[in-house]
Amino acid sequence: MSLISTLARLEAVDSGRAQPLATVRHRHLTDGPLVLVPLTTAGEAGAPLGALVGTDRAAPRLLAVAQPRDRDLRFAFLAELAEAVLPHIESYADVVEPAERSEVDPGTGKKVKVEVELCADAAQLIVPSRAGIDFVRLLGRSMRFRRTAEDDPDTPYPAPARVPLLGRWMTHYGERARVPGSSLLLAATDLLNRHWATGQSSLEDQHLGALLAWVDPPDGEPGAAAALRAELERDRDGQLVCPPAGPATDPAFDNRLLAPAIERYDRARAALAAAEDALDADTRLGELSGAEREIRSLLAGVLLPTWDAVWRGIDLLRELPEGTRAEDRWTRDRWSFTAHRDRVRAGEPPQPRRDDAVTAAQKLAARETAQAQLDAQEALDDPLVLAGRRLAGEAFIGEVTEVEMAYSESKRPSPRPLVTVRTDERPHLGERTKVYRSLDGRPQTAEFVGYATEDAGHAEPEGTVHLVLRITDRMGRSKEPAPGSVPEPGDRIAWTLFEHDQRGGPKLPDPEDTPWTHGGPPGAAGGGHAEQPDPVTAEDIL
Amino acid sequence: MTAVPDPGAAAARATDAILGDTLHGTARGIVVDSPPGAGKSTLVVRAALELAAAGRPLMVVAQTNAQVDDLVVRLAEKAPELPLGRLHSSDSDPYDKVLDGLDNVRKSAKAADLAGLDVVISTAAKWAHVKNVEPWGHAIVDEAYQMRSDALLAVAGLFERALFVGDPGQLDPFSIVGADQWAGLSYDPSASAVSTLLAHNPELPQHRLPVSWRLPASAAPLVSDAFYPYTPFRSGTDHGERRLSFGVPSDGSGPDRVLDEAAESGWGLLELPARHTPRTDPEAVRAVALVVRRLLDRGGAATSERGPEPVPVTAERVAVGTAHRDQAAAVRAALAELGVTGVAVDTANRLQGREFDVTVVLHPLSGRPDATAFHLETGRLCVLASRHRHACVVVCRAGVADLLDEHPSTEPVQLGVTVKFPDGWEANHAVLAHLSEHRVHWAP
Repeated sequence: MSLISTLARLEAVDSGRAQPLATVRHRHLTDGPLVLVPLTTAGEAGAPLGALVGTDRAAPRLLAVAQPRDRDLRFAFLAELAEAVLPHIESYADVVEPAERSEVDPGTGKKVKVEVELCADAAQLIVPSRAGIDFVRLLGRSMRFRRTAEDDPDTPYPAPARVPLLGRWMTHYGERARVPGSSLLLAATDLLNRHWATGQSSLEDQHLGALLAWVDPPDGEPGAAAALRAELERDRDGQLVCPPAGPATDPAFDNRLLAPAIERYDRARAALAAAEDALDADTRLGELSGAEREIRSLLAGVLLPTWDAVWRGIDLLRELPEGTRAEDRWTRDRWSFTAHRDRVRAGEPPQPRRDDAVTAAQKLAARETAQAQLDAQEALDDPLVLAGRRLAGEAFIGEVTEVEMAYSESKRPSPRPLVTVRTDERPHLGERTKVYRSLDGRPQTAEFVGYATEDAGHAEPEGTVHLVLRITDRMGRSKEPAPGSVPEPGDRIAWTLFEHDQRGGPKLPDPEDTPWTHGGPPGAAGGGHAEQPDPVTAEDIL
Repeated sequence: MTAVPDPGAAAARATDAILGDTLHGTARGIVVDSPPGAGKSTLVVRAALELAAAGRPLMVVAQTNAQVDDLVVRLAEKAPELPLGRLHSSDSDPYDKVLDGLDNVRKSAKAADLAGLDVVISTAAKWAHVKNVEPWGHAIVDEAYQMRSDALLAVAGLFERALFVGDPGQLDPFSIVGADQWAGLSYDPSASAVSTLLAHNPELPQHRLPVSWRLPASAAPLVSDAFYPYTPFRSGTDHGERRLSFGVPSDGSGPDRVLDEAAESGWGLLELPARHTPRTDPEAVRAVALVVRRLLDRGGAATSERGPEPVPVTAERVAVGTAHRDQAAAVRAALAELGVTGVAVDTANRLQGREFDVTVVLHPLSGRPDATAFHLETGRLCVLASRHRHACVVVCRAGVADLLDEHPSTEPVQLGVTVKFPDGWEANHAVLAHLSEHRVHWAP
């Protein structure tokens, strides 16, 4: 944890309110995000229990599984989820704008510009917590290899038509969420924690209710008290007033309310099956749907507070203006969205269960680049984030006091002006450390030459130092630097010790050229195995 | 029981076996584990020269530019006639200027310019960009345990056979983003190059260098027991062969007493009163700086097997090791205030592979309220405790043993991942138990 966030947390404890960690919003929010609040069944991995989903906060769609252990009901739930989520995703897939992408021409091996489609916007999915993101990933994994009757007429227990497709999209969103700075799939807790520091531990910050209690406490109540209430307060029936944000449910809810309700549902179903005549069946059907309604209303009761909390979080975040460079990162999300759309349309198979060696290395490299880029962009967008980096000695702001023209020693001397900067900060500069500033939105590089000797004529406040920097680029090709490309005395400039842009990593071999050190090409003898759909096991047909 | 062989003979036998496999073996890869200061660089230089002498074109992969330049200089010293290539980046100042003075070294940013030279040396990062060249018959991968699996993936197409040399006890490579998703896969891109290599090629011959020439007899047993329990090594020198003495007697202060203890026993623990502090604990940082200042002021002199005369311990023979970069920066500032220059102050990551007469270490857990996986990492402590030829002084707040007991390792167990033993928790306790025998209490 950085020093500045520690300070912000201390201040939060002191003032009883969360303290800002950012002055702008560092994640893009679309106009119509789809909020998904899922619940899972305790003790039954990957068995969804219910969900609220929708883009309109006033009209969430409630999906429920009355008996989570019944696979038919589970499939019905997933089919319904697909109908709630896929139209939202697809509504973005056809609104496109022309864009250019550089591709390697297979004939010549040269890079050429290709005209392609780029989705003008992408579907955004917001879940309450990080566990919700994991659950999206899990659902994606459980659905994408399913076969529908259309894929294979002989498949036993075929999945409803659109379920595998939802699995592929959820897998894509789950993977994309691992890219630092991406906004396709966001967790409300992550969003809030990025922008505010509370006075509680980072573990407690994963509780959406407690987190909101710090960020936006009810009138006059200190954050700590409100958070404690959010975590512990129970009603007369022993139920949490602020239920957990899921997907896990509160055991007291499971034991006292849900289990008896499911039992009644099971009994009603058994009774219906044993009905002797039509009249009897009709009555019992009524009882069954009554039992189902009861479960639905129980689930709605624990889902709605979280639903509202997510929207409240979104409201709070919308109050912050979006950071300039967040748009850039969203464009990358749109590329990622478009690329997946194209893969689906091209009829490519679902994402494999495991990445091969090359794909894994590529993903890791891309995420490392994204992380470094995110760190730099946030600091450039936001003076408060920059302040944290300054405090850590990774950036500094200083006033230019002197500029001395100098030239490089080469056949064609190029300008290498020496700029003296006065600052009272303590950046971690070593000899020839590179520093960067933003010049018309692009980085200009300078290197640290040394500390200027103090001018005896001036009385400087204690702690002030004069740094000499040599500007090394972005001054044009001629002997005289381009106008405006060299700082002038009196300029106050923010310099960073970290780069503003990231170079991409090296090109890795194609998967079919995976070297012997990494097991050779996937699918080759010994090392690999082609990805097949899940085999049907005994557990599939209980 | 056989008699303990002479360390020089044991090391020579190991080296001969490695060179035999490299020159005449049939395996595509050979892995050499080397404890700290066991002559790894010497081995790399020798293997490179023998391969070159046998007329086999060789590429050498090291991890940092400093390591590459160091290897080039060593090779040029041994074989001033051998045509060497230094492949470098296109940044400004891509290599050490010393190389400009070496006639047999050709430098270029393009691999094609260096084609045909006997030995071409570069960093893994630069090699990864080399494309469309005839593969080399042989490669030597230096510091292979610090190389990430994905870095090996990018360069493995450039060679047919390779010798992988490294120290398994040092810091594992790391990634700035989470890579749990791939944990347990044989080719986890964030794992070390050697673990991927061996997972896919378990039949490769593995060798071990058995003698540390750097660590004194006082340090080798501790480092070996604490960090290499299943692959023990020993010191190349015996007790009494290395001595550290001071021209100026102790003034009775904490720093002086701990220096005397370290000179006597090879280890010193300067223990400050227990307290929770920020990372850049001003008292501890100042204590570290004071120890260094006193070490230089008192005219430290080191006697070793290298010569009969004591050699002064000057600033460049001293290093300060920390866990974090801001701590290193704070120590640098404190040293500057005391007028000390020329002492290497860096984090464990950056001190890897380097050697000094005396090291002063700010304990990674000093003053902390918690013990995270980062601070418990075995390799971090191993690097910090194995950079010295004569003595190591550790500066630490009291109470680390209790802190360790309150924070047992809680890292999740991942299927398919080899459990590292000893874990950092165990290694920290082992080192601490040994250090406590050389403790000097001091309240600044």
